[in-house]
Amino acid sequence: MKVKAINRSEEGCTRERAQDVQKVHRNLDPALHPFEKAKEYTRALNAAKLDRVFAKPFLAALPHDDGITCLARNPRRLNSLLSGAADGDVRLWDIPARRCLRRMVGHTAAIKGISVTPDGEAAVSCSTDCTVKLWKVPFAPFDGGPLQEDSQPVLEFSGRHAFRSVDHHWGRAQFATAGAAVEVWDHERSEPVQTFSWGADTLTSVRFNPAEPDVFATAGSDRGVALYDLRSSTPIRKLVMQTRTNALAWNPMEAFNFTVRIFTFNGGHSRDVYHTKRMQRVFAVRFSGDGTYVFSGSDDMNVRVWKANASEQLGTLLPRERKQLQYNKALVERHKHLPEVARVVRNRHLPAPIYKAAKLRRVQQDSERRKTQHRIAHSAPGSVKVKPARRKKVVAELE
Amino acid sequence: MERTWRFSQQDIVEAVDAGAGRKVFDLQLDQLGPYSLDFSRSGRHMLLAGRKGHLALMDWQRTRLICEVQVKETTHDIKFLHNEQFFAAAQKKYVYIYDKRGLEVHCLKDTTEATRLEFLPHHFLLCSVGATGVLRYQDTSTGQVVATHRTRQGACDVLRQNPWNGVLCLGHGNGTVTMWTPNITTPVVRMLCHHGPVRSLAADTQGRHLATTGADGQASARQLLLLLRSSMLLLLAVKVWDLRMLRPLHAYFSPSPAECCDISQRGLLAVGYGRRVQVWRDALGSKAQSPYMTHTLAGGTLRDLRFCPYEDVLGIGHSGGVSTMLVPGAGEPNYDSFVANPFQTSKQRREAEVHSLLDKLQPAMIVLDPGEITRVVREPRDVQKEKQAAAQEANRARLEEQRQKNEEKKRMKGKNKPSRRQRKKQANIVEERKPGIKARMREQGVSAEFGHKQPRAEPGVPADVPRALHRFFKK
Repeated sequence: MKVKAINRSEEGCTRERAQDVQKVHRNLDPALHPFEKAKEYTRALNAAKLDRVFAKPFLAALPHDDGITCLARNPRRLNSLLSGAADGDVRLWDIPARRCLRRMVGHTAAIKGISVTPDGEAAVSCSTDCTVKLWKVPFAPFDGGPLQEDSQPVLEFSGRHAFRSVDHHWGRAQFATAGAAVEVWDHERSEPVQTFSWGADTLTSVRFNPAEPDVFATAGSDRGVALYDLRSSTPIRKLVMQTRTNALAWNPMEAFNFTVRIFTFNGGHSRDVYHTKRMQRVFAVRFSGDGTYVFSGSDDMNVRVWKANASEQLGTLLPRERKQLQYNKALVERHKHLPEVARVVRNRHLPAPIYKAAKLRRVQQDSERRKTQHRIAHSAPGSVKVKPARRKKVVAELE
Repeated sequence: MERTWRFSQQDIVEAVDAGAGRKVFDLQLDQLGPYSLDFSRSGRHMLLAGRKGHLALMDWQRTRLICEVQVKETTHDIKFLHNEQFFAAAQKKYVYIYDKRGLEVHCLKDTTEATRLEFLPHHFLLCSVGATGVLRYQDTSTGQVVATHRTRQGACDVLRQNPWNGVLCLGHGNGTVTMWTPNITTPVVRMLCHHGPVRSLAADTQGRHLATTGADGQASARQLLLLLRSSMLLLLAVKVWDLRMLRPLHAYFSPSPAECCDISQRGLLAVGYGRRVQVWRDALGSKAQSPYMTHTLAGGTLRDLRFCPYEDVLGIGHSGGVSTMLVPGAGEPNYDSFVANPFQTSKQRREAEVHSLLDKLQPAMIVLDPGEITRVVREPRDVQKEKQAAAQEANRARLEEQRQKNEEKKRMKGKNKPSRRQRKKQANIVEERKPGIKARMREQGVSAEFGHKQPRAEPGVPADVPRALHRFFKK
């Protein structure tokens, strides 16, 4: 008779010394792992909930003396941010140390736009006092301690009207300003090199295209979004929208009322919404250079620093932690269509006025849709044309 | 082909390693028996419960007694909770929970006269059934009574879980086996398995086979005569069922009704009756011709049989105490440290407890097919429509029948009887009007508002007529 029975030695199955890691035996036989689907679902639900529990995006507030009107980041430095305020003050911030490096004094009215040159050495700011000023932007020194020095502008350009926006060219020593007209300036000239205008209304935003060096776009108070080419003397084309456009960006990342909303680049709905009790109207938003942080400047005299991913853990992760996070993310992704998980993932608390406004808006939209349905039902088939929601926003296209 | 059933335990102990041989022991406790027993999920700990109130928790592989308590009350059954720190005992009136020091931690006053206990470790549910025939699910992590089902089949003494899907199997006195989930108040499956009372049952770890033993082996004189004449084995008291198709597979003969049975991790079937224990190999998927092992107890009659997980050991509780026998090939040799670790340290145990609580499943997730959860059913549209039509037709027929039944008698007497009121409720007006309302909604295009596809225009309506005017045309 040849027979064997299970006989495990304790020494073979446990660690030798207390300093060793515990011995782990795995057996992936499905018979030992019942309820696989139900467990995964439960884990996904827990992961979605934990994600919301750890969603604490607010990091820091950087104080100003008046409402923040514009923000700009240095394309060459991750840690520096420029903010312009309504009292004509421009400040340069060292974000990781949460301190102000420079106050740039010179403007006598509200700053309306700042832009940093592509080499990261200088910045241009425009103001309603009819001037554009060019400043030296120092790098953040590595030694700590408060250092707040006032600095003077290097160059000054004066125009005939108040400026509303400025954007520096991505490659050349040129910048464009928007106001009563669009003007393109050169660092070496005190007068604008080129001037464009289309209609009589004020232009509120101007942006150079990062890919096409000669193309730029403006948004105006006449509800228009216009496209220009530096090589021709007249604008190319113009879209008239249903509502006025506040700002425009080629790689969209802009913001809104009392909250900061983060949109995915191709989705119709915001991915996340940030708000605090004290944050007033938000005028300016910027992503950090690496896309991990969001900066917002608001009317309550603060520049706020947020995480771009609300529940992200900062700092170095252990491999085990990283794997766990990846696993949780994959679980939520896999089960996102299930109603309970979807509800947890989608749900955001909003300030009461915004929540109520959204509710009201939903009622209005429902009634509009109902009305359209009735109109379709009572008119000859095919006679009512329904425009897609995103097309509805564009009223006309002008050449 | 070796005649393995001829080998005695003595032979086997001599042939295996000394360490494995040491696992065979005989505890002589003839004062307080018969004993029922339970193994912890890692197989390292063993619980004993004598009928006369002797409870003991032991680390049986190291032959170390952890606690021993005399509750001075009839004790029917004993069960480990999620780890070896706590156990539940079904005593004369209530179910009590003890910790590993043998101290009474809880008295479950909702659960009265329980005779059988079962614990669903993934759901943290302690289930009990007893003399009142009420099946109760109690959540041991929150203390809530999750469900109470009246089985309406009288006292019940057979309760086992199907470890694959967490469905509870109950054996009844009339030979039926019913299967229960917490969220359905009627049995999800009812099978007539035996002609006499069901004595015991066991399901395998993959949820494929169910073994039942019944008392229909007790033949009448006439049957015996028949048996002698035909020389056929009519008294088939051990039956194996396909749990997925719910069909009988094989049947085995037992000379007297089998009192208890169990299925090991590797699919060995142990059956016990009187003083004898038989172990069958390959008896579930196919019909085995002879037992794998047999064993006769030295003294006492059988009360309980349990295979020890991850060990080749069968624990036997009987009236003379508790003994074990070696059954080579019964247990799973490769354990998973994250599922059940026989060499768990206290730190690992704490970690595992937290993780199992995080992964605790909701009682509503107990269904017959555990793969159904999170599955998306995508049937072709015509199949869906067919099913919907069949369901509507069945519903209509039921309502019609109900209405006729209601109208059979026109007397006023007994108009307000509970059964009558219930019947009226069954044939409620809302149900009846539903199809008409749905049809009207479809006609008026309400469904289109909610993003459904619009139905095609009826053939009798000209193409240039708006939808609002369709109702003025004859169909």
